[in-house]
Amino acid sequence: MRIAATINGQQMQADDVWPGESLLYVLRERLGLPGSKNACEQGECGSCTVYLDGIPVCACLVAAGQAQGRDIVTVEGLAGPSQLHPVQQAFLDAGAVQCGFCTPGLIVATHDLLSRDAEPTDLEIREALAGNLCRCTGYEKILDAVRLAASRMRAGG
Amino acid sequence: MSTPTRAPAAAPGIAPDQQRDRASGIGGNAARPDGTLKVTGQFAYGSDLWADDMLWGVTLRSPHPYARIRGVAVGEALATGGVFAVLTHADVPGKNRCGLEHSDQPVLAEDVVRYQGEPVALVAADHPEVALRAAKKIAVDYQVLDPVTEARAALAPGAPALHPDGNLVRHLKLRKGDPAASAEVVVTGCYQVGMQDQAFLGPEAGLAVPDGLGGVDLYVATQWLHVDQRQVCAALGLPPEQVRLTLAGVGGAFGGREDLSMHVHACLLALHTGKPIKMVYNREESFFGHVHRHPATMRYEHGASADGKLQYVRAEIYLDGGAYASSTPAVVGNAGTMGIGPYVVPNVHVDCYGAYTNNPPCGAMRGFGSVQTAFAYEAQMDKLAATLGMDPVELRCLNAMSLGSEAPTGQIVDSQAPVAELLDRVRKMPLPPARAGGIGGPSALAAQRHGQPAFDLRDLPGGVANTTHGEGVRRGIGYAVAYKNVGFSEGFDDYSTARVRLEVIGGEPVATVHTAAAEVGQGLVTVQQQICRTELGVDQVVIHPVNTQVGSGGSTSASRQTYVTGGAVRAACQAVAGQAVALAQRQLGRTIADLRLDGGQFVSAAEGTVASLAGVLGSDIIEETVEWRHRPTYPVDPETGQGFAHVQYAFAAHRAVVDVDTELGLVKVVELACAQDVGKAINPDAVLGQIQGGSAQGLGLAIMEEIQVSDGMIRNPSFTDYLIPTILDMPPMQIDVLEYPDPNAPYGLRGVGEPPTISSGPAVAAAIRAATGLELHRVPIRPEHITGSMPGPAP
Ligand code: FES
Ligand code: FES
Repeated sequence: MRIAATINGQQMQADDVWPGESLLYVLRERLGLPGSKNACEQGECGSCTVYLDGIPVCACLVAAGQAQGRDIVTVEGLAGPSQLHPVQQAFLDAGAVQCGFCTPGLIVATHDLLSRDAEPTDLEIREALAGNLCRCTGYEKILDAVRLAASRMRAGG
Repeated sequence: MSTPTRAPAAAPGIAPDQQRDRASGIGGNAARPDGTLKVTGQFAYGSDLWADDMLWGVTLRSPHPYARIRGVAVGEALATGGVFAVLTHADVPGKNRCGLEHSDQPVLAEDVVRYQGEPVALVAADHPEVALRAAKKIAVDYQVLDPVTEARAALAPGAPALHPDGNLVRHLKLRKGDPAASAEVVVTGCYQVGMQDQAFLGPEAGLAVPDGLGGVDLYVATQWLHVDQRQVCAALGLPPEQVRLTLAGVGGAFGGREDLSMHVHACLLALHTGKPIKMVYNREESFFGHVHRHPATMRYEHGASADGKLQYVRAEIYLDGGAYASSTPAVVGNAGTMGIGPYVVPNVHVDCYGAYTNNPPCGAMRGFGSVQTAFAYEAQMDKLAATLGMDPVELRCLNAMSLGSEAPTGQIVDSQAPVAELLDRVRKMPLPPARAGGIGGPSALAAQRHGQPAFDLRDLPGGVANTTHGEGVRRGIGYAVAYKNVGFSEGFDDYSTARVRLEVIGGEPVATVHTAAAEVGQGLVTVQQQICRTELGVDQVVIHPVNTQVGSGGSTSASRQTYVTGGAVRAACQAVAGQAVALAQRQLGRTIADLRLDGGQFVSAAEGTVASLAGVLGSDIIEETVEWRHRPTYPVDPETGQGFAHVQYAFAAHRAVVDVDTELGLVKVVELACAQDVGKAINPDAVLGQIQGGSAQGLGLAIMEEIQVSDGMIRNPSFTDYLIPTILDMPPMQIDVLEYPDPNAPYGLRGVGEPPTISSGPAVAAAIRAATGLELHRVPIRPEHITGSMPGPAP
């Protein structure tokens, strides 16, 4: 089947999609957007988090057909033309990236959290990111990154 | 060389707009060169690779832990539309064996399978689902056998031999002093550690591209390219020139990528079909696709004088190696030689066994043999302290190893070993505040009646599941210390190779570092840049793609890469700097004794800046390749375990504070405090990241993580059923990093990655014991162990 959707602001189309494929597979293998990650492919880790019509979802749990005609934003679509999004910059500056496999999903989830809540408490950050596994960092620097991004964004950064 | 469309990129130098001390040398918090790629989704991990016209490879695995194979019929699978190849062991052109230390594992099973998940056949097809469905059509005729599922049973007389030489992989004997020593106070205990998974997030993945000339290029997420290459060459029957490996982006490793996974399989399919082959495991397959941490059964007896001085330790340690040897011999070596912890004991008698069983193969995981024993020896120290009526930290400090101590192997500890100081430091860190309402005191409702703030459920064991408002919740505090060898031990020729090039690009001096050492997330690429900046005085350092076109970098394991590859990069830089200085002096026509490189200039104390590096170099290129090894270690005596086995020790101490709902058995770790001696923090931020992440993995083993194996079958191969700590499980940490230089190591550094994984778990277990008063002999500690409905093994 053919799938057409708006992805990171661009109209994109994939042909010969097998109906059993996930949105994650279509993004990664058919549309050249491997930024969303495949750590579990069954909704357990959050590494594949993307926006679907503005709502963060696990792309591995969205059937390809469900993406037809929708608006999708992936980690590849968050940075500006010449600079990183403050959430991305904060993950770098806080040292929250080790292997980085969890990072795209955490960045989308943090982006979503901070768009809803400009000043989350630590407990709120932990709740919001509880669906995103990271095996490398022990999460301390991820918390640092979210706090840093929040404060920079409040300051207009 | 054949190159895919989407391939691993060189890690760039620093963009001019980047902030902080991103371009710092050693001791600074330099930025990761791959960071921007990683936060924008551009970094190419193994599973992201892609080539035009590529096919997908899948693996058919044994459903049985032990069975004879009477036949394999591939006809129906091969006849499936979209399928290009179906391969079995008969299609392995070279030697159908692989293995890290012993070549005992078939690339594809022949007449027998020894564990559930053992690869039996391969399929290549134009879509992963087509390949999976075809694999299901392969008919394997199994004669199912009774599996051997326990290490002690495997070593008992009469057990079926799973390998030609029997079921014993290694028996390490450690004998020091009087084997029959006695003491006034004696404590004994029997302990078990469950099977832990590395649970790296990036699944096993790679892309094999045939070169059209009979050779192959393999892009793969791995820990040690050259040991992979050796095994792939043997299986393919090809020389190394025809099997070139390049490191793909690695999504975490922790030991689980030291053995082969899809390496040979993808190459076989690529050479057979003439097309690029991509293989990516899903999470379930990943649980079957790599080795795990050895489960352990350990019996310990500690004897001490009435004033707390350890007189003897006797221990018996059984490690279940599973179906193939992997790195079991070395794990046994570590568990045995360091199995009593960082304590001074005059009389030691340890027997450590690694056995073949039909359980999943076990091998390397962060902490490598020391994690298991630390649970046992630290539980024993607490038990001894309780029996003696002593403070547990005091007892540890009284017996702590220090500079000049003699380890049970007879090896003298010849650099700082601040065990007592580390313990003292974590003990003195401020404790987290008591929960509102008082721990073990009035319940939340009572607290509210007294006008105190109510609990936030999220601070309690069970969290928003609303399982308690504080009733039955008890706080406990526990301590533990870690002790780990750095680098490869027991006489292994442990070296790394670095090629450093210095040239002028666009008017700027640029250094390029080329090694085969695997960056797996820990930040080796950053450290290499920092070393180059310090040694060569240049800002711009490019990390060349990591591949087998340069000599081995050794394994990214054993906390060794900053030490060994760092040492190699430093040595190569020094050789390059020496040549650059010589060139400058030739151009100047005179010798300046202390001429050196700094900030892109040649400087001397007397004359200040003498010349610019760019000016002196012009179009010249200086390149040096250096093989660097640490001082040698030696095998231990087979009868006594005595010998200079380890090049360096690393130490850490943890304090854990937990709240335990004693009625439901739920545990919340409130805080972890850690002190670690790192010799020299090459990148302090990265050191913290290692301590935090390592501590989380130890916490996971203490209370959450276990591959549950029954009858040789993995019962929980998913992140729904195998739980790793989430951001809700991991508490805040206080960390104290000490820097006592090791005079034998580059910059005085000590390996960092493993010690925190070793001590955090035992500290958590100790805290739970303190909160509950229970003995708790087994980790992970489960709710039923705490509530008493299933107390675990008896001592
Ligand atoms: S890959 Fe989608 S949740 Fe893990
Ligand atoms: S940085 Fe490796 S999983 Fe999070």
